[in-house]
Amino acid sequence: MKPCYIHSAVSISAQESLDPTLFLNPVISYDQPVINAIVPSVKEFISPGAARRMATGVKMGVVAANLALRQANIDQPDAIITGTGMGCVRDSEKFVSAIIDNEEEFLTPTSFIQSTHNTVGAQIALGLGCKAYNFTYVHSAISFESCLLDAQMMFEEQEANQILVGGVDEHGAHTNRLHQLIGHLKNTVPSTADILTHPSPGAVFGEGASFFVLSDQASENALAQLVGVATYSQRTTEELPNSITRFLHAHDTDLTNVDAVVLGNNGDSNFDSIYANLQKGLFGALPQVGYKHLSGEFMTASSFGFWLATELFRSQTIPAACQLNSISPNKIKTVLLYNQYRGENHSLVLLRGK
Amino acid sequence: MKVAITGMGIISSIGNTVEENFLALKNAQAGISTLSLFDSKHRDQIKVGEIKTDNARFEAQLKLAPTHNYSRTALLGLTAAKEAVRHAGIERMGDARTGLISATSVGGMDKTEQFYYEYLEREEHRKFIEGHHGGDATQKIAKELGITDFVTTISTACSSSANAIMLGARMIKSGQLDRVIVGGADCLSKFTINGFNTLMILSDEACQPFDENRKGLNLGEAAAFLVLESDALVKQQNKKVLAYVAGYGNANDAFHQTASSANGEGATLAMQQALKVAGLHPTAIDYINAHGTATPNNDLSESRAILNVFTTKVPPVSSTKGFTGHTLAAAAAIEAVFSILSLQQQCIFPNLNFKTAIADTGIVPVTTVMEHQMQYILSNSFGFGGNCSTLIFSKS
Repeated sequence: MKPCYIHSAVSISAQESLDPTLFLNPVISYDQPVINAIVPSVKEFISPGAARRMATGVKMGVVAANLALRQANIDQPDAIITGTGMGCVRDSEKFVSAIIDNEEEFLTPTSFIQSTHNTVGAQIALGLGCKAYNFTYVHSAISFESCLLDAQMMFEEQEANQILVGGVDEHGAHTNRLHQLIGHLKNTVPSTADILTHPSPGAVFGEGASFFVLSDQASENALAQLVGVATYSQRTTEELPNSITRFLHAHDTDLTNVDAVVLGNNGDSNFDSIYANLQKGLFGALPQVGYKHLSGEFMTASSFGFWLATELFRSQTIPAACQLNSISPNKIKTVLLYNQYRGENHSLVLLRGK
Repeated sequence: MKVAITGMGIISSIGNTVEENFLALKNAQAGISTLSLFDSKHRDQIKVGEIKTDNARFEAQLKLAPTHNYSRTALLGLTAAKEAVRHAGIERMGDARTGLISATSVGGMDKTEQFYYEYLEREEHRKFIEGHHGGDATQKIAKELGITDFVTTISTACSSSANAIMLGARMIKSGQLDRVIVGGADCLSKFTINGFNTLMILSDEACQPFDENRKGLNLGEAAAFLVLESDALVKQQNKKVLAYVAGYGNANDAFHQTASSANGEGATLAMQQALKVAGLHPTAIDYINAHGTATPNNDLSESRAILNVFTTKVPPVSSTKGFTGHTLAAAAAIEAVFSILSLQQQCIFPNLNFKTAIADTGIVPVTTVMEHQMQYILSNSFGFGGNCSTLIFSKS
């Protein structure tokens, strides 16, 4: 694969992640199982009229995308690739409930129009007048990683030099309620700060939008290099260590060269054992970083983890709130990310700093 | 470099297998009817491309356990994907690096709208809650087929499965996979019926693509999958190649969230890109399987785009939406199957219900089953959000 550099990284999350002077220090803890993103003012990028009709996901996505482009100092990307596990769930809910409540009468098209999964990617393109390649991936916990794979392949095929990729998901109140009923979402949380150390059934649900400009060109301002991405639909706990070792080997490295692992633990006692096995085993000697107690769980939460990893290279320290063990890195040059959701859709991402 | 297609499977309102679809196409038998498998207030004001097999029948055919949580999208998807795998003669998924790329727009919305409030009160149907999201059907198909590594889902509205085929072809080309099953599935739902109804683009009659007096589209449901394999695998396993993916293009119209631009710029760019990837001059295209949804906006915009690309030498054109209705995310995949059948049989399937050409553009589609020598077929699919995709299939 041709090299792929990360030229900018922007994250809107339940933390103050837009402020470049604060790298998850301090962090905000919440005392409820559904945590909202801190959405900045959108007026620079979206007209007030349009913003009124837009759901949070679209607003977050458009703002994060535009900020990522600005940070990378480019006007038009050669491709826009968006990942979203649930799509515009709020507009979907609005339209479904209107259909039922009004017995299929007196409906207006706005929420239907905005409910399609590609709305965020489309609105970014529309705002930029960008006629380039535009894809939206909607495959659960690997929606964002699918974007990374696609972008890498575009560079390899020499179809693009600058690609905007991102992950975005928003809350839907009804959808969250339903996930509470089936135990995927916790009922109560005394403090999100403790969920990783005191797991209980279900996750804390979050939302957010993280966008990045990837490029096949090296640059002084590049944050890191995206070395490799792999996704696995199914892996057993027994198979995972071997898959990880093989993934690293395929990229001419091994665990002795990895300075930190960024893990997707979400405090769900039914599934965090998947991480725990690795934390005690394969990753036992490595500094371990967690983030979902800060971002909450959502289908593209790993894009927040990806943002966090790019910041690790810059800061060269792991924020105290993210340390899952007491091992500190001497340097942060190579970072491995591993994520999964409810035992499926595993992903590995390998990043290398300068 | 072309990518070999070694298997295909389809289910649509004109048939539950490739063979049934072919017979209906050849005999110009449309699958447009009145909605019968669920209730809608709009039942008598619309026509639909509904598959008349109910869920219970699919569940039995697919031998699903009573505890299953398949949406209709997943039932259709698995049915078509299994046919494609059988057709490609795949004995063991593990004998090559195999992936699955599917596409959907509604996902499990049929169950969500059915049990939306009931979920809150009663436990009985809560198993379907997890089946709502777009990746669920894909994940189920992957499990059933034994695909454990690269599995993903694309949702770019009505162009979704064109992008699934495109991504699959790119992954084979770049050596990431040896084999990939690509396609899409979407079922009919109140959600889409009411959505398109609010946009006032549903016809109360059988749709009339490219007709001056077209009244709108018929919604349909379908699933289709292709098996793409690398040249090395084809050689090694001595596979029969049905046709090839020769080119693909993806562009965004960046004009409006739901409407296509009057000059069809995104569509023009997608077609030009596909020709470039295939290394072809427009004159090499022998037939265009158009998106042709029969909405006033699409057919005019697409006609202009076709004229932009092909100028005075427009090859034969037809939209097969008159047979199946517009099957949303599955449309490009079923039309890929139709295009491959056209290449194999060297015949063009007709654009049903056409009477008068659009005055502005004058494109007259093929209206009867027509024998025609074809090497290259271009197939268009466009969607909300300005997503425009074009695929080019070749016979050899």
